[in-house]
Amino acid sequence: MRPLIIDVKDLEFRWQPGAPTVLSIDAFQVSAGECLFIKGPSGSGKSTLLSLLSGVTTAVAGSVRVMDQALEGLGSVQRDHFRADHIGYIFQMFNLIPYLSVVENVMLPCQFSTRRRANALRRGDGLEAEARRLLHHLDMDHADLHRRAVTTLSVGQQQRVAAARALMGAPELLIADEPTSSLDADRRESFIRLLFDECRGAGTTLIFVSHDASLEPLFDRSIDLAEINRAARVAEAA
Amino acid sequence: MAIFSLAWKSLINRRFTALLTVLSIALSVTLLVGVERLRTEARASFANTLSGTDLIVGARSGPVQLLLYSVFRIGDATNNFSWQSYRDIAAMPKVAWTVPISLGDSHRGFRVLGTTPGYFEHYRYARDRQLVIAEGQPFADLYDAVLGAEVAEKLGYRIGDPIVVAHGASDVSFARHDDKPFKVIGILARTGTPVDRTVHVSLEAIEAIHVDWQSGAPIRGLSISAEQARAMDLTPKAITAALVGLKSKIATFHVQRAVNDYAEEPLSAILPGVALSQLWDLIGIAENALLIVSVFVVVVGLIGMLTALLMSLNERRREMAILRSVGARPGHVFALIMGEAGVLTLLGALFGVGLLYLLLLVGQPIVESRFGLFIEIGVLSAHEWKLLATVVGAGFLVGVIPSYRAYRLSLADGLSVRV
Repeated sequence: MRPLIIDVKDLEFRWQPGAPTVLSIDAFQVSAGECLFIKGPSGSGKSTLLSLLSGVTTAVAGSVRVMDQALEGLGSVQRDHFRADHIGYIFQMFNLIPYLSVVENVMLPCQFSTRRRANALRRGDGLEAEARRLLHHLDMDHADLHRRAVTTLSVGQQQRVAAARALMGAPELLIADEPTSSLDADRRESFIRLLFDECRGAGTTLIFVSHDASLEPLFDRSIDLAEINRAARVAEAA
Repeated sequence: MAIFSLAWKSLINRRFTALLTVLSIALSVTLLVGVERLRTEARASFANTLSGTDLIVGARSGPVQLLLYSVFRIGDATNNFSWQSYRDIAAMPKVAWTVPISLGDSHRGFRVLGTTPGYFEHYRYARDRQLVIAEGQPFADLYDAVLGAEVAEKLGYRIGDPIVVAHGASDVSFARHDDKPFKVIGILARTGTPVDRTVHVSLEAIEAIHVDWQSGAPIRGLSISAEQARAMDLTPKAITAALVGLKSKIATFHVQRAVNDYAEEPLSAILPGVALSQLWDLIGIAENALLIVSVFVVVVGLIGMLTALLMSLNERRREMAILRSVGARPGHVFALIMGEAGVLTLLGALFGVGLLYLLLLVGQPIVESRFGLFIEIGVLSAHEWKLLATVVGAGFLVGVIPSYRAYRLSLADGLSVRV
């Protein structure tokens, strides 16, 4: 059995004391190197779970361990450092900083994490070369694209640049929050396959969240958040 | 450092609004430092309306009053003082030179000043600058007159033109010395001081035009022609004031006391520099108002920056979330906006000073010829550096507001953007 990269136990979360519980998970585990699909319809506590896993917020009760580190035991600055070092993140859309070039966007994580900077330098001849390598792997290797303003890229191209950025410096965990929902159907699968290839190559664990169940068969394993989140069931029953 | 390169790139991306903000700060800085420079120079120039003269002596009165009539030709002397007293002062061992001044007559609204050629030699203004005769020469003949630049310009006089002096400050026909007309022999270069508005004649000429006058009116039945007057003893009986130069400035207070304690006649001796700054304090309220206005313009400029930064924050919440997702702390977000405010303010101050020097270079000769105010284009003074530092400091302080707001937003938003 591979080591656990994520180990959630008896998790409770509410936004404010006295507010209704939005997330209540007894146990949730992910092994290192896994490609996990989390089915999360809106209102299932999806964004809250991702906030907790990426260390933006902490649990009210219970524990969220990522790479054997209990996130609730870290201060907010330490959690930001932890995220910078170990987690790549892809949003649903508008992933790119508009005033940076494609390559600068990809190199961005190395500005906030010396660890990922060191990783990237170990892999290639310089940060920019590594960024270009990743873009090339994600079918974004037109020299011309790197110079273009990111706002002129198509949505699919933007998502691939975002993926390259999330993978820059080989973080252990990649969290993708509905990264394909703005892509058309045939592009979705090719995007996911590129993501798989890169994650497997780098040994990165992928957590892919979507409400689109048709993507489910592509993954190693799938979890329905609505099923493991007791708070959602309570809310539905009420 | 990385965060400042981000701030810079972000500003370049929004260069149009950034440039407008920089421009508004730059203009306000130009105004503020410019007003301050003008104020300092105007004050210095005013304090030097009369320089090189150590004491002004007149009949007993207050320093400002004596200054007003002897230097600015405003108002009249309460009393003249005797030629004998003048001779006594001139004979004091510590006195290097004296220039007598006799006032009381006018020409078409401009005051007539009777003096000696020493006036042109010893009168100094604006940091030791000497009077320069632009056209013609100093008076040689009894009925020669040397005009100030403004007199010549306003009345359109040229060398050789005849002028008639009127008795007193008003110009009514029955009180004219029209039997003894003067001839314009010289015109002075512009000085920006009351000298420009003065008609200079010799002290003897003042005496000559008054030989057949008594108590402000011609003596009935007595008429002495201009030529007859030449043959008479034209030593004045009294003068209005005297400019006194000392051999050493250390003796100033000693001589001042000696004049004030002069037993034969009640006299006053004043230090022109001190009296000038007293007078400036009286009229300096306007310059303070100007400074206050320019301070407010700077405040408006900085508020413009505040508005621009705050307005941009909402549309940049996505950007903040992206930065957070790649590992930026809320502190980084704070530093990013702070960096932008800092760059805007610093560029504004830099361009503002640049613009000021450009204006000074272009405007200096114009201001000098039009107003006689010589503005020095030197390096920034310590005071001006302080002003700039205050503006930049205020800019950073104002920058804290949007930075803190961005910090709070990014803390609350985390990786999601709830708009």
